[in-house]
Amino acid sequence: MDYGFTIAAYVVAAVLFILSLGGLSGQESAKRAIWYGIAGMAIAVLATLIGPGLGLWWLSLVLIAAGAVVGYQLATRVGMTQMPELVAIMHSLVGLAAVFVGFNADIELGRVAAAFTEAGLAFPRPEDVSPAAAEFAKAFTGFAAIVAKKTAVEVSILKVELVLGIWIGAVTFTGSVVAYGKLAGKVDSAARKLPGGHMLNAGAAALSLLFAVMYLGGAGTWTLVLLTLLALFIGYHLIMGIGGADMPVVVSMLNSYSGWAAAAIGFSLGNDLLIVVGALVGSSGAILSYIMCKAMNRQFVSVILGGFGGAQGPAAEIEGEQVAIDSDGVAAALNEADSVIIVPGYGMAVAQAQNAVSDMTRRLRNAGKEVRFAIHPVAGRLPGHMNVLLAEAKVPYDIVLEMDEINDDFPDTDVVIVIGSNDIVNPAAQEDPNSPIAGMPVLEVWKAKQVIVCKRGQGTGYSGIENPLFFRENTRMFYGDARQSIDSVLSKID
Amino acid sequence: MTVKIGTPKEVAEGEARVAMTPDSAKALQKLGYACAIETGAGKAAGFADAAYEEAGVEIIKTGAQLYKAADIVAKVRPPTETEAKRLRKGQLLISFFWPAQNEEQMQMLADKGTSVIAMDMVPRISRAQKMDALSSMANIAGYRAVIEAGNNFGRFFTGQVTAAGKVPPAKVLVVGAGVAGLAAIGTSTSLGAITYAFDVRPEVAEQVESMGAEFVYLDFAEETQDGAATGGYAAPSSPEFREAQLAKFRELAPEMDIVITTALIPGREAPELWTEDMVKSMKRGSVIVDLAAEKGGNCKLTVMDDKIVTDNGVTIIGYTDFPSRMATQSSSLYATNVRHMMTDLTPEKDGQVVHDMEDDVIRGATVAHAGEVTYPPPPPKVQAIAAAPKKEPEKELTPEEKRAQELAAFKDQTKRQVTLLGVGAVLVLAVGLVAPASFMQHFIVFVLSVFVGFQVIWGVSHSLHTPLMAVTNAISSIIILGALMQIGSGSVLITVLAALAVFMAAINIFGGFLVTRRMLAMFQKS
Repeated sequence: MDYGFTIAAYVVAAVLFILSLGGLSGQESAKRAIWYGIAGMAIAVLATLIGPGLGLWWLSLVLIAAGAVVGYQLATRVGMTQMPELVAIMHSLVGLAAVFVGFNADIELGRVAAAFTEAGLAFPRPEDVSPAAAEFAKAFTGFAAIVAKKTAVEVSILKVELVLGIWIGAVTFTGSVVAYGKLAGKVDSAARKLPGGHMLNAGAAALSLLFAVMYLGGAGTWTLVLLTLLALFIGYHLIMGIGGADMPVVVSMLNSYSGWAAAAIGFSLGNDLLIVVGALVGSSGAILSYIMCKAMNRQFVSVILGGFGGAQGPAAEIEGEQVAIDSDGVAAALNEADSVIIVPGYGMAVAQAQNAVSDMTRRLRNAGKEVRFAIHPVAGRLPGHMNVLLAEAKVPYDIVLEMDEINDDFPDTDVVIVIGSNDIVNPAAQEDPNSPIAGMPVLEVWKAKQVIVCKRGQGTGYSGIENPLFFRENTRMFYGDARQSIDSVLSKID
Repeated sequence: MTVKIGTPKEVAEGEARVAMTPDSAKALQKLGYACAIETGAGKAAGFADAAYEEAGVEIIKTGAQLYKAADIVAKVRPPTETEAKRLRKGQLLISFFWPAQNEEQMQMLADKGTSVIAMDMVPRISRAQKMDALSSMANIAGYRAVIEAGNNFGRFFTGQVTAAGKVPPAKVLVVGAGVAGLAAIGTSTSLGAITYAFDVRPEVAEQVESMGAEFVYLDFAEETQDGAATGGYAAPSSPEFREAQLAKFRELAPEMDIVITTALIPGREAPELWTEDMVKSMKRGSVIVDLAAEKGGNCKLTVMDDKIVTDNGVTIIGYTDFPSRMATQSSSLYATNVRHMMTDLTPEKDGQVVHDMEDDVIRGATVAHAGEVTYPPPPPKVQAIAAAPKKEPEKELTPEEKRAQELAAFKDQTKRQVTLLGVGAVLVLAVGLVAPASFMQHFIVFVLSVFVGFQVIWGVSHSLHTPLMAVTNAISSIIILGALMQIGSGSVLITVLAALAVFMAAINIFGGFLVTRRMLAMFQKS
């Protein structure tokens, strides 16, 4: 089969991929767009199978089928609250695959070089190629055939791409595994660093650069192995140092990395589709990280380096007390209210309260009240996490609004229910210039007539920042597990 | 030994309130205290001895015995001379005390070693609101003032059209929108009267309007008062301001049916706000209730503790015992205030008083402790509850300035873009100089894809970010192509590694797409 056909198929696949991402601009078009993505992937894989990947195609098919079974199990069993973990662990697979493919390319390179040397021919191929060498190169199949035709410069570029692909892939792999552990609660989600902190990362990065240079100088595969080990360490240590609430940034960053790794591998394999898709995914992840950072008013670098940037002075003291309320009080407030805004956060996901919240929403809406949801960009542990949870609980998406859409409506709202969020509703961000989160855009819930905060207990959130909202005169604290709390209110709403 | 809280019968004439109710006694017992009360102390407020007994309160025959038995004495009015003499060393008195007017007694009690907590000295900070007895009493006074006024007013509050003729609604003016003022406003509006309110602190206008009254604005451009700086109380105003204020009142006086004045300035004589000529200009049958009567009155005609009718038929009420006139309500509120004070004094809930002089609230309210007079207290460490200090108003930009700003922003943006493009172009050219054509071909594809990616992703809706991540995750498994190309290679090692990569990527493809589909299917329109 001619490669011309494969490339044509790749063009079609690339267009389909772009359409599938572009379709995500709206809920309805997204449902169609996903099929574009699936079709694109099918075309790309089939074209590769019957084209350049012809060798051992039966093995490939078996493996793909096996992967399909595992993937299907994963996708159907996972709960929507576990989405962040799933996405993280899937990134690690892409990272690891990139590392393997990269190593393969290196081994192939060595094999081709050895074959040429054995045949008494020069490799990499000189500019004025001898007919014998050209004939010899034809004997190779698949990727080896591409390698065999490369000139000296091309081979070194290939090596650079390899190193990049493997390095990024390895960082993505361990980083994603750690992120998975943190999100799944298997690893302590607090920021943790080995002694030496960022110097350790910087040292490892410098060392990997050194190995990369040595590898390019022809030092052999062992440098590549060491470089991979270093990258694995960096990925682990970097993500260990980032705390739980910064996870949206981390996950989207890893998403971006997995794309760049694919692109780098695409370069070394000379495969344009890999490059296109890698670039698409890479830029998508980069934009997501940017949006998340902006929503937290933090520099990307400071998120990655972990911990909050130093406060500029003592935070303003908070005066007042947290006034508790019971379910009767909440129900009474809701019964009297005309407009209600619910602000969900990670706590809602933890308590699995989304269905109870959805029931409450339905009941309030049936009573003719206006109920809406306000979603902060970094609520939850994954970009858009809350939207997915609410969608799962059958909350219609047209009453789920973004921060910018709803922030001006709080002063006209009777009751705001804050469920398991803390920093994203912290008035200190606007009022206290010394607060560590000063300047972060927040949902201005305190402007509503009454705020009810559903919370497990007193105490600060992830960031350890005291929240003056809880001490406001129009705030009532509704302590307890979010799901049980909402359930108990549910029975009292008429 | 259990610490005993005792409440004597109030000896002041006409005082019906009591500092302990059966309910508050139960709560105090939960804190670990024993409770005792003098026979008949709650009778005037509607609490029978039997009710106390049922709540586990010991009934003590006489006041003298009670003072002897109790470790803590909780009462309403400041102690009389006899009562003060009965107090002993180490005892704690909780009551209204008015330390500024009562220095002699304060000194005497301090010398004796009695501790005194003055309920009227509780600082006005949010945390202390639950024990702010002045506020809870003022609330009652405000309510009662309207009721008293109605009692002496010959017409309906609310306007009605009846078969027997049309009744115009009463017009009520409330001067001073403090706690009492706001309570009066609330009562008056809910009775249906047209209510106006005035206060020197314009930031309360919002509160006034929220209660359905109309705020009377002055046409006066003075630096307005900042309530936060004076602990939430009003401060004296300038003569010019006063003039403007009186002029406004003079204008309103003939229209008003009921005037309720509540203007007090801490530690001073009440300001005269309703002058004689205003009273004269009022309609016959109008009523003035002067809640400031105790401090000389906002109206000079007011007679303290009495009701008078002027020559032109205006009734002026100068009672000072409004809370006592609603003894059941005020007793239960006051008893709750006292109970909250005890809760703060008993951090361990073990029935032992910890008199923590570091605590703002306790320190502020204590006027005598450990043999020393501790009045006046230092200013509290925290600001009062009142409004936040005003911000500098944002400057309105003229259209020209706006245009100039936009132009500058546009220029800036252009400059930034051109620089970025320039640097990018130079970098690409530099790469092109060394890299072979085969690489550059791929490079073009790469750069263009990044561009397309950026353009496309900006359009993705925020709510679909999770599906976006899942789908990009699925398509980034395109790396399977690389593995597929390598799997057929001759080397076993390569085949194994490539096979693993194919397997993992396949998991990702199917998992990613399926989970995205699952998520998208859940998004439903209402």
